[in-house]
Amino acid sequence: MKPATFSYAAPRTVEEAIELLEAYGDDAKVLAGGQSLVPLLNMRLAQPKVLVDINAVEGFDEIVEEEGFVYVPMRVRHVQGERSPLLREKLPVVSEAVHQIGHPQIRNRGTMCGSVAHADPASELPAVLMALDGRIVVKSGDGEEQITPEDFFLTYLTTSLQPGQLVTALRFPLLPPNSSAAFVEFAQRPGDFALCGVAAYLHLDEGGTIAEARLALMGVGGTPFCAEQAEAVLQGERPSAALFAEAAETVSQEVDPDSDIHASAEYRRHLAKVLIPQALEMAAARLGEER
Amino acid sequence: MVIPVETATITVTVDGRPYTATVEARKTLADFLREECGLTGTHLGCEHGVCGACTVLLNDSAVRSCLTFAIQADGQEVMTVEGLAAPDGTLHPIQQAFWENHALQCAFCTSGFLMTTYAFLKENPNPSEEEIRETLTGNICRCTGYQNIVAAVADAAARLRGEKHTQPVGGV
Ligand SMILES: Cc1cc2nc3c(=O)[nH]c(=O)nc-3n(C[C@H](O)[C@H](O)[C@H](O)COP(=O)(O)OP(=O)(O)OC[C@H]3O[C@@H](n4cnc5c(N)ncnc54)[C@H](O)[C@@H]3O)c2cc1C
Ligand code: FES
Ligand code: FES
Repeated sequence: MKPATFSYAAPRTVEEAIELLEAYGDDAKVLAGGQSLVPLLNMRLAQPKVLVDINAVEGFDEIVEEEGFVYVPMRVRHVQGERSPLLREKLPVVSEAVHQIGHPQIRNRGTMCGSVAHADPASELPAVLMALDGRIVVKSGDGEEQITPEDFFLTYLTTSLQPGQLVTALRFPLLPPNSSAAFVEFAQRPGDFALCGVAAYLHLDEGGTIAEARLALMGVGGTPFCAEQAEAVLQGERPSAALFAEAAETVSQEVDPDSDIHASAEYRRHLAKVLIPQALEMAAARLGEER
Repeated sequence: MVIPVETATITVTVDGRPYTATVEARKTLADFLREECGLTGTHLGCEHGVCGACTVLLNDSAVRSCLTFAIQADGQEVMTVEGLAAPDGTLHPIQQAFWENHALQCAFCTSGFLMTTYAFLKENPNPSEEEIRETLTGNICRCTGYQNIVAAVADAAARLRGEKHTQPVGGV
C-alpha cells in the first residue's frame, strides 16, 4: 500500500463538501482528478487524514457562458476543456493551453480547477488565467469570492486557499472586440512539464494601436509572472516585429528565474525571449483574421 | 454530514464481471485489480503517474490506475488488458498487430500501450503518425525504441478499419 492511511468521503453537494472541509480543517484535502495529489500521497510527501472526493458532487461538470464570462466549474476535466466547442470558438487560447497539459491519460482525469488549486509553477492555466484577467471562484461557509490570480498564487505550490475553502470554478471574461490571445510553450517532449510558456493578450484601439497588452509567463518563478515592463513597451504602439522583439528584450531583463534540475536560469531567460514574440505574433495574426 | 470511512465494501465491474471486496480507502485501483481481482496484466512501473504501464479504461476513458483509488471506481466499469482477447484466446486485432510488428520486447509496458491504443483508436480510427506519436507520449517503453509500437498502432488501425485481414499466427 503506497499512501499512508486516510479516511475518505464523497459528498454529493458543494455544501456537504465545504462542511467536511471545515470540520476537518488542516487534516483534510480535496481530491479532484488526483493527478497531482495521488503522486504526492503515493510518495508520502502528503499524508492528509481525510480526503474529500469532489467527483461525486452533482453538477459542476459543464463549461458554461453567462453574462460575458465563461465559467469552468470544478469537475470539468482537462479533456473537456480541450474539446469544448464553446472554448474553441470563444476562447481558443484556453483549449490550446489545456491541450498541452500532460498526456491524454492525465487530461482524461485531471481537472482544470485542480490544476489552478495545485499551483505548480510549470502549469499552463495559471498563466492563461492571468493574461486573460480571469478569476478563481472560491467558496466556503462564509460565501463566495472571486479572487484575482495576483492575489491567489502566492509561491511554489502555494495559494491563498484556506482550510474550508473550495475552488468551485474558473471565470474567464469573453474577449472584447479587437482583442485576441495566444499561448505558446517549450517542453522537451510533448506531455512533459514545460520549461517556459507565455500567454499573451492584445487589445487594439480603432486606429490599430495597442490599447492594452497583457503578458503572463510560466516557468520563470514560483507563480505566473506578469511582465509589466514589457506590457508598457507595447502600450500605445502599433504591432510590429520590431516592437515584439523590443518587448522580448525587456522581458528577458525583467524575469528573474531560478536554476533547477530541468533548466538553468539563463536558459529559462533565453526561452522567455524566444517565446514572447511567438505568442505576440500569434495573437496579432488572430486579430488580422477577425478584421 | 457524510462520515469519512477508512474501509468500504465496493463492487467494480471489470471486463464485464462484477468484483466485490472490502478495501481500504487508500488502495489504488491498480492494486485492487492485481490483488483483489487477480488480474495481474495491469503492471505498475512508477506508481506516480509518469510511465503509463498501469493504464486501464475507466468508463471507457484511458486513465492511470495508480492515480485512482479503488473506492472511487465503486459502481463503475473498468476494462483491463485481460478484457482484450476473445474468451477462446483469439488475440484482439491490436494485440495481433503488436505481435506481428515486434512492438514488444520485455513486454512490461505492453498492457499500458494496448489499453492506450484501444481507447485512442475508438476515438480516432484513422490517425496520422503524428497523432499516434502524440498519444503514446504518456507511455514509456525502455526496450523497443518506439518505432515498432508506432507501426503496430498504425497497423492495428488499418485492421480495425477492415483494411487488412488479420491472420492468427500460431497458438496463444
Ligand atoms: C505525468 C504527468 C504530467 C503532467 N503534466 C502537466 C502539465 O504539463 N501541466 C500541468 O499544468 N499539469 C500537469 N500535470 C498535473 C495535472 O494537470 C493535474 O491534473 C493538476 O495539476 C491537478 O488537478 P487534479 O484535478 O488532478 O487535482 P488533484 O490532484 O486531485 O489535486 C491537486 C491539489 O489541488 C487541490 N484541489 C484540487 N481541486 C480543488 C478544488 N476544486 N478546490 C480546492 N482545492 C483543490 C487538492 O487538494 C490538491 O492539493 C501532470 C500530471 C502528471 C501525473
Ligand atoms: S505505474 Fe501508473 S503511471 Fe507508472
Ligand atoms: S518492451 Fe520492455 S519496456 Fe517496453
